[in-house]
Amino acid sequence: MSQNLKIGAGLGGVVLTAGAIAFGALLSNRHHNRGYDDAANHTKRQPEGDNAQVGRSVTIRKPRAELFAFWSDFSNLPQFMENVEAIEAGADGASTWRIKAPAGQTVEVKTEIASKKQDELIAWRSVEDSEIKTSGEVRFEEAPGERGTRVSLIMDYDPPAGTLGRVVAKLFLREPQVQARHDLKRFKMLMETGEIATSARTRDETRAAKQENG
Amino acid sequence: MMRALTWHGTKDVRVDTVSDPEIINPRDAIIKITSTAICGSDLHLYDGVIPGVVPGDVLGHEFMGEVVETGSASDLKKGQRVVVPFTISCGGCFHCKQQQYSACDNSNPVEKQDMSATLYGQPMAALFGYSHLTGGYSGGQAEYARVPFSDVGPIVIPDHLEDDQVLFLSDILPTGWMAAENADIQPDDTVAVWGCGPVGLFAIQSAIVMGASKVIAIDHYPNRLALAKELGAEIIDFRETDVREALMEMSGGIGVDAVIDAVGMESHGFAIDNMFDVVKQKVGMGADRASALKQAILAVRFGGKVSIPSVYGGMTDKWPLGAMMEKGLQIRGGQTHVQKYTKLLLEKIEDGTLDTTFLISHRLPLEQAAEGYRNFKEQQNEWTKVILKPEMEN
Ligand SMILES: NC(=O)c1ccc[n+]([C@@H]2O[C@H](COP(=O)([O-])OP(=O)(O)OC[C@H]3O[C@@H](n4cnc5c(N)ncnc54)[C@H](O)[C@@H]3O)[C@@H](O)[C@H]2O)c1
Ligand SMILES: [Zn+2]
Ligand SMILES: [Zn+2]
Repeated sequence: MSQNLKIGAGLGGVVLTAGAIAFGALLSNRHHNRGYDDAANHTKRQPEGDNAQVGRSVTIRKPRAELFAFWSDFSNLPQFMENVEAIEAGADGASTWRIKAPAGQTVEVKTEIASKKQDELIAWRSVEDSEIKTSGEVRFEEAPGERGTRVSLIMDYDPPAGTLGRVVAKLFLREPQVQARHDLKRFKMLMETGEIATSARTRDETRAAKQENG
Repeated sequence: MMRALTWHGTKDVRVDTVSDPEIINPRDAIIKITSTAICGSDLHLYDGVIPGVVPGDVLGHEFMGEVVETGSASDLKKGQRVVVPFTISCGGCFHCKQQQYSACDNSNPVEKQDMSATLYGQPMAALFGYSHLTGGYSGGQAEYARVPFSDVGPIVIPDHLEDDQVLFLSDILPTGWMAAENADIQPDDTVAVWGCGPVGLFAIQSAIVMGASKVIAIDHYPNRLALAKELGAEIIDFRETDVREALMEMSGGIGVDAVIDAVGMESHGFAIDNMFDVVKQKVGMGADRASALKQAILAVRFGGKVSIPSVYGGMTDKWPLGAMMEKGLQIRGGQTHVQKYTKLLLEKIEDGTLDTTFLISHRLPLEQAAEGYRNFKEQQNEWTKVILKPEMEN
């Protein structure tokens, strides 16, 4: 019984870490393509090395500057990043991400801005002493014709330390990928329609209500 | 609380008491439903051949009624009478902007998109009351419905038009119209339509309005064939006649110029390939029964046009791939881009070009919805189209 509990707690910790990583996201330039074809690195069949990289692109029918401005204010991100409860801005581009964890808990990840190019790129990474190592970047490119803007979100993270951590992180590798995709699509919905689609019939059935009520 | 038709399993639908819908997003409206129909597509849910339906789901996607509540960003007004398209579309995405409303990027909730993305390569848009593949939205066979993006979908109806005249703007009328449009009809064309259900009948009427020189209707129910004949079609009963031989003769040995499949994944008949597919569908092997469509592809002339308004969900085998390629066919299908057609078709109803009431065989109170489903499925000859009225006396 007590052993079960321990295992449960261990797994919980890892789930929480994987989730945190997806949102806490970092920056790195490792997304630059290393193969001989033109596909993005995160679509390669064999991710290189120990680091996991996830990424996704969507096309949003809005001007680049508008999308960039919205994303530049990190306090907006929890509107579409499901597991991020709040992001508080500090001085010099430092932010504290409060990420939802099981059993009503939260974890915090501190990030700093790694680079920023007006209307093109925002990159962030966890600060030196952060328990969770993560980095992320979002890129904005003109899409052809009237299609608007192509937005790509790429995140890297190092699996948590220790053998168990590595094994379980592998199990959860899919999760950050799914989360990145879902978050980006919610961002698209919010920008294109002003709201995020839900098929709930009553307010009590919405995801937000469910999360608030635990 | 309200009354609504809910799905409980294969051939098991019931009118239950469920929670009232509420405004959730700013562009929502709540509609008090006055008329709602049972569609041939609902029969695929009833027969359990569409995946992703959950017990308790409220069905129904052809409905109209009165606006009773609006979200802060809706442009509807309380008291307006509206018909609601079965496709839920945001109006602002890549697909909506080119009027491909049934491919809207933003109406299917994010967490519901993965299933259809796996099946089809990209996710489906949302539809009302049509499984969780298309969003899991509560449908319109109910007293009330929550309508998202109410500033894009619903069309306001003038008072002098009756519900029965305009209800089908929500689905089968634009579906029949788009089916004919997808057949790219030219003045000299002979067009063959498989299935004289509501979709087939409206496709026939539309093809005639678009100027086809001859329209040929194929089914096996005398009463449904009679409705097609009244519209001006020539008819073939596939139980009595060899369809392909007859079509070759009726098109002067050329083959028909365009074919429209208004039958769908539960094709009737005892052709040998269809019997295999019946068995596979029964044991859940996910095979679509596409016998009518295969016949259509063999009947159409070289360089001809194939329009597929009818619904298929998965895979099929023994596909006449050689005929499709060698004959150089144009093939078009899809869920209807309803919002693209509502205004045009409302005008055609008002000026008398299109008759929308000839196929209605039964009007029932919502409470008798389960009976409506059973008969629309089992008594197809007489039950050609069923409208449910929540306010009608039991
Ligand atoms: N694309 C869309 O947006 C859209 C919208 C509405 C309906 N639909 C689909 O259209 C199809 C027809 O809908 P409906 O309401 O008319 O349904 P329905 O079930 O009332 O009609 C189908 C008709 O096809 C006939 N039929 C069956 N097998 C046949 C065969 N082998 N040859 C010739 N006729 C045959 C039946 O006897 C019946 O009359 C369904 O698949 C439905 O799901 C699609
Ligand atoms: Zn329908
Ligand atoms: Zn859209």
